[in-house]
Order: sequence, then structure tokens, then C-alpha cells
Amino acid sequence: MNLLPFLVTAWLFLAGLYGIATSRNVIHLVSCLFVAQSSTYVFLLSIGFRRQGTAPILDELPAGARLVDPVVQSLALTDIVVGATVSALILVFALQAHKKSGTLDPRRAPPMRG
Amino acid sequence: MEMTPLPVVVPLVMAAVLVGLEAIPGNHRLLDILSLATALVVLCLDLVLFDTALTNTIVYWFGGWAPMGGFPVGIAFVIDPAGAALAALAALLTVMGLLFSWHYFRAIGTFYHSLMLLFLASLQGFTLTGDLFNMFVFFELMGVAAYALTGYKIEDTGPLEGALNFSVMNSIGAFLVLFGIGLIYGRTGGLNLAWAGSWVAKHGADRTLLVAFMLLVIGFLIKGAIVPFHFWLPDAHAVAPTPASMLFSGIMVEVGLYAVARIYWTVFSPSLHFLPLRDLLLCIGLATSLAGGVMACLQRHMKRLLAYSTVSHSGMMLAGIAVLDSNALGGTLLYIIAHGMIKAGLFIGTGIILYHYSSIDEEKLRGKGCQMKMTAFLFCASGLALAGLPPFATGTGKAIIERSAEAAGYGSLSAVFLVCSGLTGGAVLRAGASVFFGVGSPNFMSAPAPTSGDREPPETTSQTGGTPLMMWIPFLLLVAGAFAAGVAPQAAGLAAQAGARFTDGAGYRAAVLTGKESMLWPPLPSAPLRWESGAEAALLAVVVAAFFLFRSPLPDRLVKGLKVVMKRGLSWLRDIHSGYIGDYVTWFMIGASIMVVIAVLL
Repeated sequence: MNLLPFLVTAWLFLAGLYGIATSRNVIHLVSCLFVAQSSTYVFLLSIGFRRQGTAPILDELPAGARLVDPVVQSLALTDIVVGATVSALILVFALQAHKKSGTLDPRRAPPMRG
Repeated sequence: MEMTPLPVVVPLVMAAVLVGLEAIPGNHRLLDILSLATALVVLCLDLVLFDTALTNTIVYWFGGWAPMGGFPVGIAFVIDPAGAALAALAALLTVMGLLFSWHYFRAIGTFYHSLMLLFLASLQGFTLTGDLFNMFVFFELMGVAAYALTGYKIEDTGPLEGALNFSVMNSIGAFLVLFGIGLIYGRTGGLNLAWAGSWVAKHGADRTLLVAFMLLVIGFLIKGAIVPFHFWLPDAHAVAPTPASMLFSGIMVEVGLYAVARIYWTVFSPSLHFLPLRDLLLCIGLATSLAGGVMACLQRHMKRLLAYSTVSHSGMMLAGIAVLDSNALGGTLLYIIAHGMIKAGLFIGTGIILYHYSSIDEEKLRGKGCQMKMTAFLFCASGLALAGLPPFATGTGKAIIERSAEAAGYGSLSAVFLVCSGLTGGAVLRAGASVFFGVGSPNFMSAPAPTSGDREPPETTSQTGGTPLMMWIPFLLLVAGAFAAGVAPQAAGLAAQAGARFTDGAGYRAAVLTGKESMLWPPLPSAPLRWESGAEAALLAVVVAAFFLFRSPLPDRLVKGLKVVMKRGLSWLRDIHSGYIGDYVTWFMIGASIMVVIAVLL
């Protein structure tokens, strides 16, 4: 098992979280969320990866060919769709907040506190 | 059973149909009726499923893909009484929410019904499925519908901010869930809960699987609003439209906890050292309930008050699950159902106040609600029920949890439960007393609160005359439901049966993988329940409310000193609920790292 993809996963995830924690711009914040999400794609694909495996399109391959795991690929695909939906929704919130309060800074808008 | 997937399919299809009907102008009544009928149908389906699941766990393989050679190739719905009961609660609360919004959304209505049905469908799928990835998909669907509902009043900055905090935190939770699922799949080669469980039973759980378990737990605890992952909840619940808040507090938070319990018992119970896990979950559960209880007392924004009370009760439910005992789980289930009805009812109460006065600021509304006799009565009864006054089912559930905890050697749990029930119940009673009866003086604790709840955007066009029937009828039904569940002699037995079946991991796996009939667990006659604990909590709630409302009989200087000390101590707690998403993510990182380290050391 190769360690590199898992290190990349951890790096992407933590970098994304750090970006969200320190962000001063909602658009930047959503991008960081998407960076963190991309770590899940790397992670899922690396779990199903097999060296010298080919794409799992069965009717074009001879029997017994080495394949990468199709299940995790479909998981990653679902994950991407979900991520796109959520990002679009959050971006709408961000734009609308900008229209209302004139700022994109998540620390500037008067928050609800306490 | 052929009808098993219908609770998900029907609302999904209807949501799409309603989006189409939305294009025709001037037919909001049709949308109301159709969505209400759909939710009612789902409720009936769930009740049938519950009845069937009581005798035997229902396993439904989509497309007829039954396991081949013991390996599940298809995707399954696996329905036991606990899952069906939660699904039924979700449907019930949706029905009540839609009834309530009969008048509410006269002015604004775009896609509201579709979103509610989408939300309902995802809740159904989440509680009924027996597949890890299916769980993730419904979790995300639930999230998207919930974010959209939170930010529904898009003309206002409060909802936007609440929706932003909510969606970012829950997305991060979803990533962790996905990591956990990936690790479990990589190790066991299957996504089916029963399959993963039988693999773990055979080979044991190694460190990777423990980390996977912890990642799943953290991910779902974000949904479950457990300290230190709870910050998003008050921001979101306080600003969402009332029917959405009902569903959020009544069932959405609870299904996060349900997922933790489900994964523990189906997959990890055979091989996990459960003592450290029990201590960890009990600790954070009780810390959550204390923090939520104290914060609830500090609020003057009434929906925010209820939101913090949900945090508190969610902590108590997690503590109930964390006893890791079948009876305690049954009690927790009963508590979840009763709390869901009561809390949804209380949100209806605030919705009615908002309908009349366009404000839910406790201070500003002092004494304004004298005319609303029915609402006042129901609100105060709900406050007492929230504290667990017998015979409301909240009291029964709590008493069952306390009894099992004492048997397991955690007697101190009852004391924390008493304090938290007293605090949350007291906060609600205080708000009810000042709004409906006008008693007391301005509350010293909440005076400088920045979130006052005044000048909330109205959710309706007209607000003259009395409270419409369609508003307080669901309130009455919900309170009566919680009362009936407590009075009904079968309730405790059913809860015990559901808990026993839920915690029987081996039986669950056998039912899914080999189609074996599940064992019937007759409810055991056990030690009598301590009913007094509920009454004590209700009494404490009254005392707490009185403390905030009336001049104390203690000497003035003592009271003044007490107040100064409390104010100092509590300002820190208030400050960490800063409303900034960056701070929430930092808290999440601290909490999550500690929990993952514990999982590695376990």
C-alpha cells in the first residue's frame, strides 16, 4: 500500500480546514471547503486503486483483467455531485449576504452571538 | 415487503411534482393539500412498517439483489422497530409542520413544500437504510434540504448567516463520515452494515477500523450538536422558519445520534472495548447537556432559547445511548420521541407569538400574550413536560435511562439529568411566564444579549384577530401525543422491545445476511421506575424560572453578589458562542483531534 495518497488526503483536508478557520472572505471560505472536499475524492480513489489496473468497463475487457475498484469510483462520483450542490447553495448564501450587508467578510457582518 | 421503499419514494416523487405545480400561479392551497396528504401517507406507511417490524426485522433488497453466497451485492433497507419509530416521528412532525404553515406561508411559498417533502424523504431513507453509503447520501440530501430551508428568508442577514454556519459545519461532518466509510470499505470490502459487522465479528477491529469508527462518530455528532461541535445549531434553528425548526430540533439532530448508535451496535459492538467509549461519550454528552442548559437560561430570543435547550437534550440523549445498554437505549428512544413532540410544539408556540407580534423577544413581549389562553396553557405545560414531569413520556424515558445508568454504576448521571432538565424547563417556563402572564422584571442575565429576537421578519401577511385554528391544533395534538405516550401502559414495553432488538447486533446481521427470523425479546420485568425524578426536575424548573422572575427572599446583597459572580463566569461561555464560522471550525479541529487520538490509543 502506498502512503503518498493518504498524506495528500490529510494535507488537502487540513489545508482546507485551516483556510476556513482563518478566512476573511466568504467566497474564499467556500473554495477552502471545496479543497477540503477534494481530499475525500483522493482518499476514495486511492482506496480502490490497484497497480496496473484499468478502468472497470467490463464489456470491453477480457475476462480476468486487473481492474480498479468500481465501487469507490461511484462513491467519488456521488460525492462530487453532492459537493457541487452544496457549494452552489453556499455561494448563493454568500452572494445574497453580500447584497444585504455589503461585505463578504464573515467576521465583519454583525453575527448572532451568545 | 413490497411497500418498504415507499416512505422514501412517495415524498421524492411528490416533491418533483410540486415543483412542477409551483409554476401555475394562485394554487398554494393545492400545494398545501398535496404535501399534507403525502406526509400523512408516509406516516401511515411508517406505522405499518413499525407494526410489522415489531414481530420481525424487515429486510428489503433493491432490485431483488439478495446476498450471493453470504455477501451482500445489493443495497438493503433494514427496518427494526427503532428505525421505523424514528421514521414515523419524522413523518408526524412534518404533518404538524405543514398543518401549522397552512396560514404561515400565505405570502411566500416558493418551493417550500417541495423542500419539506425532500427533507422528509431523506429522513425516511436515513432511518430505514441498512447500508453505509446509502446513509451518507441521505445524510447529504437531508443537509441540502435543511440548508435551503434555513436560508429560506433570504431577504434577511440572520438566516443567511445561520445557513452558512450550518452548511459549512455539516459539510465538514459529511467529509469525516465519508473518510470513515472509505476506511470501513477498504478493510471489510463491503458497504452493508451487517456485512461490515460480521467481518468485524470474525476478524476483530484493528486500529484502522477504530479510527474509522471515531471519524463516523464525530461526523454524526456534528449533526447531533454535541459539544464542541454544537455551535452551528442555535444559529440555524433560531432563524429557520418555524416548521423547519420543528423538524430540525425534533428529529434531525436526533438522527445524528441514531446513526452513532446504529453503527456501534451493528458493526463494532462485538469487538470494541466499550468501557473507554462509554466514558468518553458520557462525558461529552453530559458536558453538552450542561452547556446547553446554562446557555438556554441566558437567552431572550425565544427560538434561540429553544435551540439551546435542544443542545442540552441532545446531550442527554447521547448520555442515554452511551450507557450502551439495551434498556437505556429503549428509554432514549422513548425520550427522543417525546422530546421531538414537545420541542416541535414549543416551536409552534413561538411561531404563534411571532405571528401575532412580529417579535420573539422575551423582554419586549412581557405581558403582551395575556389574551392567548390556549397557547399559554400549552406552552407552560410543554415547559413542564420538557423538564420531564410525569406522566409525560419525557419523564418515562428519562426514568428508564436513569435506572439503567444506576444499574451500570453511573448513579451521578441522574443528578446531571436533574440539573439540565431543571435549567431547560426553567428557561422555557420563565419565557412563558413573562410573555403570557407578564410577571417578573427585566431579566438581569439576558439584558445585554446581542441577539434579542426583536423585529423578526414576519412570516405571514395578516396577523389580526385570534390565533387561527390550524396553528394551535397541531400544538395541542403534539402535547397530547407526548402525554398519551407517557400514559399508555404499552409504551415502556415497546421501548424495551425496540431497544433490545436494536442492540442485538448478531440478530441484525443474521436477519440481513441469511434472512433468519429475528428473535422476539419479551420486555423484562425490571426494577420499578423512579417517577419522582421527573417531578423533582419539574419542581427545579419552576424554581429556576422563579429565580429569574421574582425578587429573591434572600438578602439583597447576597443576591447581588451572586449575580455578579454568575455574570462573570457566564460571559466566557457566552463569548465562545461567537457566531463566527472560523471559530466553530477551530473548536471542531480541537475536539476532533482529541477524539481521534483517543481512538488510536483505545
